[in-house]
Amino acid sequence: MELGDILLAVAIMLGKSLLMLVALLIFIAYALYADRKVWAAVQLRRGPNVVGPWGLLQSFADLLKFVLKEPVIPASANKGMFLLAPLLMCTLSLAAWAVIPLNAGWAIADINVGILYIFAISSLGVYGVIMGGWASNSKYPFLGALRSAAQMVSYEVSIGFVIVTVLMCAGTLNLSAIVEAQNTGLGILGWYWLPLFPMFVVFFISAMAETNRPPFDLPEAESELVAGYMVEYSSTPYLLFMLGEYVAIMTMCALGTILFLGGWLSPIPFAPFTWIPGVIWFVLKASFLFLLIAMVKALVPRYRYDQLMRLGWKVFLPLSLAMVVIVAGVLMLTGTAPGMR
Amino acid sequence: MTVTAAFFYLFATITVASGFMVIASRNPVQAVLFLILAFVNAAGLFLMMGAEFLAMILVIVYVGAVAVLFLFVVMMLDVDFAELRQGFLQYLPVGGLIGAVFLLELILVIGAYVVDPGLVRSPAVAIPSPQVMTNTEALGQVLYTRYFYFFQAAGLILLVAMIGAIVLTLRERVGVRRQDISKQNARTQETAVEVRKVPFRQGV
Repeated sequence: MELGDILLAVAIMLGKSLLMLVALLIFIAYALYADRKVWAAVQLRRGPNVVGPWGLLQSFADLLKFVLKEPVIPASANKGMFLLAPLLMCTLSLAAWAVIPLNAGWAIADINVGILYIFAISSLGVYGVIMGGWASNSKYPFLGALRSAAQMVSYEVSIGFVIVTVLMCAGTLNLSAIVEAQNTGLGILGWYWLPLFPMFVVFFISAMAETNRPPFDLPEAESELVAGYMVEYSSTPYLLFMLGEYVAIMTMCALGTILFLGGWLSPIPFAPFTWIPGVIWFVLKASFLFLLIAMVKALVPRYRYDQLMRLGWKVFLPLSLAMVVIVAGVLMLTGTAPGMR
Repeated sequence: MTVTAAFFYLFATITVASGFMVIASRNPVQAVLFLILAFVNAAGLFLMMGAEFLAMILVIVYVGAVAVLFLFVVMMLDVDFAELRQGFLQYLPVGGLIGAVFLLELILVIGAYVVDPGLVRSPAVAIPSPQVMTNTEALGQVLYTRYFYFFQAAGLILLVAMIGAIVLTLRERVGVRRQDISKQNARTQETAVEVRKVPFRQGV
């Protein structure tokens, strides 16, 4: 390849990444606003309503506030690691979006092992939490970090098995191909949420545990650990942690959309609905999942730690293992496994 | 090609350097973090060879699970490396000897390594070219046909190791109140709440 070609390819890639990043961050700003509004509505409050019309600019005001504040680094903290942790968390969760296809052929990198890539990247997110908790050199962050390490590793196992069941149905690790495999002409009834409904539920709950969302936000647990691994953080590093967390939640919503809700496919497979661009369907579906997660935050009290571990290891793990066997058996018996058709 | 070479040297250099830092750094937590960096860069090297499945599995299994638990343990243990280094010279000859023997064995094994001739000559499944088959599929076809028993045996060994670890660390503590979810869910208003009429100034 000529140097010019390489530079051009790099420039195109950068442009795509930047576009995705800006769109994602703006979407996250409003997802955060929606999260707070839903939470407020459930508790009969008004939520953010001061900055901009109906408080629409609240997230941006928060951003400015965080950035302009003074970053405080504790004297006994491991300085380099203390600052590296939030950066790592935010970068890793944003990196997952490189492979997510928003529409047919719209992924920045349409790689063969897309689903494994997302799984790998999201399993790395735990390092931000552990490093932050350890580098703070204080007991509450450390306890929070230990909790989250155990929690995220536990729920990764069940998410892994959920993904395996979907992969067995789709017969591919490529995210676009998984969506295409759900395009059976039946619309919403052909997507994997219906045949794999128990796995959809397990995925939804595990996604919340994996991203430290309520009711599984034990690493933060403001009532006992003050704010867990984030206690010592302020200003931009704190913002990066929060942003990383919300991006990870959106990643899980997008992943749920791709695996179970048919990605960019239209729910009703005929004319006026199929004219709507796929990306709109994708955003709608991801927003629906986010709304569910926001509702859970408002409605469900926090789990106790032993209950959390019990749910992960004694309920979800056997359930998802059994489903892997059942799905494989059904696919083999009916001859509908990919590769047999 | 130059881009590939540049990336290869980048990944390789970081892998070797962080591998060195694992044994050189004073802080055990930093040592583990360098180990993780080495894993990630090794995954990068796998990717460059076109083995994307192995690369992702390396990151998921080693970085995402094994190293997390490792870090977990190292953080909780208060390891003092200065103390560990005390008898360094005393143990150096024995350690060096073992290291040399191990290196020799490795050289012998790797030097005598050939691809299984039976696999090449009369393959159970045709060796696919990377253009027509993803390496995930190719690996699966080899693992679940020719090496099926080895694969299952490896799984069983891991299972035995897991059960062994659980048995070793399991201790039954008496007198601990545990939550029995099914019992708790079976409670109804009738069994849980008792309505009493409390006589005035007498208590229950």
